[in-house]
Amino acid sequence: MSDLDVFRREVRAWLEENCPPEMREPVRDEDDVCWGGRHFTFKNQAQKDWLDRCIAKGYTVPAWPKQYGGAGLSAAEAKVLRDEMARIGARPPLSSFGIWMLGPALLKFGTEEQKVHYLNQIARGEIRWCQGYSEPGSGSDLVSLQTFGEEVHDPVGGDHWVVNGQKIWTSYADKADWIFCLVRTDKTNKYQGISFLLFDMESEGVSTKPILLISGSSPFCETFFDNVKVPRDQIVGELNRGWDVAKYLLGHEREMISATGGGDRAGALGAMLARHGLEDPVLRAEIAQFDVDSLAFTAMSEKFMDEVKVGKGHPAQPNMMKYAGTELNKRRHELVMGAGGSAALEWESQASNDGAKARSWLRTKANSIEGGTSEVMLNVISKRILDLPGA
Amino acid sequence: MPLYHNEDQAMLAETVSGFMAEEGSIKNQLRRWRDENCKDGFGHALWKQFSELGLTGILAGEADGGLGMGHVEAGIVLSEIGRNLTPSPFLTTAVMGVTALNGASDELRGRYVPGIVAGETVLAIAIDEGAKHRPERIVCKAEKSGNGFRLSGRKDFVIHGASADALIVAARTSGSESDADGITLFAVPKDASGMSQDSVRLVDSAMASHVTFDNVELAGDAVIGEVDGGRELLGRVLNAGRVGAAAEQVGVASGAFGITTEYLRTRKQFGKLIGEFQALQHRAAHLYSELQIAEAAAIKAQQLLDEGSEKADLMVSVAKAKAGKVAGLAVREGVQMHGGVGMTDEFDIGLYMKRDRALSEFMGDHYYHAERVAKLSGY
Ligand SMILES: Cc1cc2nc3c(=O)[nH]c(=O)nc-3n(C[C@H](O)[C@H](O)[C@H](O)COP(=O)(O)OP(=O)(O)OC[C@H]3O[C@@H](n4cnc5c(N)ncnc54)[C@H](O)[C@@H]3O)c2cc1C
Ligand SMILES: Cc1cc2nc3c(=O)[nH]c(=O)nc-3n(C[C@H](O)[C@H](O)[C@H](O)COP(=O)(O)OP(=O)(O)OC[C@H]3O[C@@H](n4cnc5c(N)ncnc54)[C@H](O)[C@@H]3O)c2cc1C
Repeated sequence: MSDLDVFRREVRAWLEENCPPEMREPVRDEDDVCWGGRHFTFKNQAQKDWLDRCIAKGYTVPAWPKQYGGAGLSAAEAKVLRDEMARIGARPPLSSFGIWMLGPALLKFGTEEQKVHYLNQIARGEIRWCQGYSEPGSGSDLVSLQTFGEEVHDPVGGDHWVVNGQKIWTSYADKADWIFCLVRTDKTNKYQGISFLLFDMESEGVSTKPILLISGSSPFCETFFDNVKVPRDQIVGELNRGWDVAKYLLGHEREMISATGGGDRAGALGAMLARHGLEDPVLRAEIAQFDVDSLAFTAMSEKFMDEVKVGKGHPAQPNMMKYAGTELNKRRHELVMGAGGSAALEWESQASNDGAKARSWLRTKANSIEGGTSEVMLNVISKRILDLPGA
Repeated sequence: MPLYHNEDQAMLAETVSGFMAEEGSIKNQLRRWRDENCKDGFGHALWKQFSELGLTGILAGEADGGLGMGHVEAGIVLSEIGRNLTPSPFLTTAVMGVTALNGASDELRGRYVPGIVAGETVLAIAIDEGAKHRPERIVCKAEKSGNGFRLSGRKDFVIHGASADALIVAARTSGSESDADGITLFAVPKDASGMSQDSVRLVDSAMASHVTFDNVELAGDAVIGEVDGGRELLGRVLNAGRVGAAAEQVGVASGAFGITTEYLRTRKQFGKLIGEFQALQHRAAHLYSELQIAEAAAIKAQQLLDEGSEKADLMVSVAKAKAGKVAGLAVREGVQMHGGVGMTDEFDIGLYMKRDRALSEFMGDHYYHAERVAKLSGY
């Protein structure tokens, strides 16, 4: 038996013992998701137990080194864990921007002190993070951002920045504890005048205002900074070189978002919808085409992951994955709505689980906007991968 | 197994791509045989060169003098064939023919495989009866006659039929038209009396035959595999052909894509390189994404086939459907982005479009395979 088989056996036994039955049910709504953070209230004891046990094993961030709260698993072991969790339908113990986005950036750009401090907090789900990138005038053209951080040398209170400006579309800003934020620290240099700061959302001068979405929920906010004081050591990477950190983090964000297109559900759409009858042959045909695309995309995702492990593949590939995956997911939900007919329109009813289908459908429209729009992804592919002129 | 080529496979890919770009190039092969109005539609000398590289025996067992490799390796060869539009009997002979013969008696393998490995023998596959791929329905029948069989009926669009030393024929030995059972595969030698071929040139310059069997007497040893139980072996031959055609189409698509992006980088209009126009950039980038996905689907299907996985059937159809769709897009966009010159015979892009059309029909188009994906998924 190979080491990996032994590991698989151990994982299987551990999951059997430690993953509560309630945590093996599919996620139904936002309430089922464990986000952690200072103000998080667990839905039930099982959700808390599952998180605690995973934290103890390092399984909230299995591939991170042990000193940062991970389990120090190799890529192959982490895949075994993922597969075994998927096999029993285990929910992720912790969902977090800290895990998906900030963590990888800290691992690459953080100082040793920052890593030990912040990564462990992320792994334990103690701090809920939000992302302060977009501004009203800077969305796709992110590098045009204006939020300004002025350096203050303070012999008494310590060197710090004073941050002023506004962010927008900050997901969960009203629920987050800390923000990772792009701030202009040099007005004369576009790309090399941005710094990457971390700070507490409870700092004086931070305020948020929710934005209502077409799905009826309100996960994001306008976020305002009015003379917010940020200590000097809460910068990640070098002064004015935050764009490198920002881009690296975006790569991970795009990778994460692209996963919405394939995965376990791939190819299952037709089979799932057919249970309720698929009488329209044209719709059935479209669903079949979708399943072809979805299964093919899943192969692409697998190939991408395999290539990432050995450092093959083009560095701009996550942009392609993001583009293809999110467009696919939007199509999926259009078909679900089409197959559901009028029943899928119910917005507030028990039968529709409060319009779950319709709300999900509406939410997916953001897939090709958040984390960089499809058009921006196509720009990146044209320039960085295809090397077309006029970049 | 990781979804990319391992070291040995990458090495094979390098060798084959160099060889095909030189010896198998459009100028040296496709255009040459077309312009000479060659009756075979391909060059036998190149087939011999395939043999010198060991490619002809890629799927044949080592005991038969082959390399005993798998569909991943065959796919590597086919992708390069596709990229260079190299006309050759590789898919029908070394992939589908050998897959059939791998299920045959030692005697039958001995009769054909050495010739294939030597680059001398060519096989054709006679399954379809009509203009569309419908292997579920086989009418062509073989009745018991003494120790052998008497074959009658017809087969259509048999690629390289007239150049082949033998035709692998799927015929009905019992049951009715659409029965799963009752199918038998036969190796019918080219000089079998009662067999006639009406050869036609296709849009991609390949030669295909309408074959008529008029009471063709076959000896008992012409049977490949089991009498009446040929459906499973036929399934294997079809999978090999489908996954192979998918790989070739991915090659066609990336060949077309390559020359198109090159054109975008060099053609000037409105004082700019046309590749600077975002309208074209986005379409090229979209096409690139689709190509990557089709390529991954093809490799996945090849690997599953080689592993003997039960998911292989589904993934083979996914690969053929996806490759068909994507290659179609690649050639259409290619011609359009070439502007007027895309319509000329001098530019190669039109040749890609023609080859793609033929490959799309070969072993089932994307409609057929999307339908099959639905059926296999239970709806
Ligand atoms: C659900 C959701 C969650 C989000 N969460 C966060 C978050 O947590 N933190 C955060 O900072 N931001 C967040 N965002 C913001 C997101 O990153 C931006 O919405 C996105 O970058 C697009 O910017 P924009 O909305 O300003 O659109 P714009 O940039 O104004 O784009 C408008 C349209 O023009 C197109 N366009 C723009 N430039 C080009 C170009 N060069 N070529 C071709 N087309 C172009 C776009 O593709 C789009 O179709 C979130 C957005 C959504 C929808
Ligand atoms: C069958 C045929 C018959 C013809 N007959 C005649 C005739 O009788 N007389 C005559 O004078 N001409 C004739 N033409 C020429 C025809 O008008 C040109 O082919 C056509 O105007 C396109 O120009 P082009 O071929 O140089 O393509 P290009 O201008 O080189 O275009 C190449 C590609 O770039 C794209 N492109 C170019 N500029 C832009 C832009 N600004 N933004 C986005 N995309 C762009 C094009 O859409 C095309 O996809 C004929 C062409 C054909 C194919």
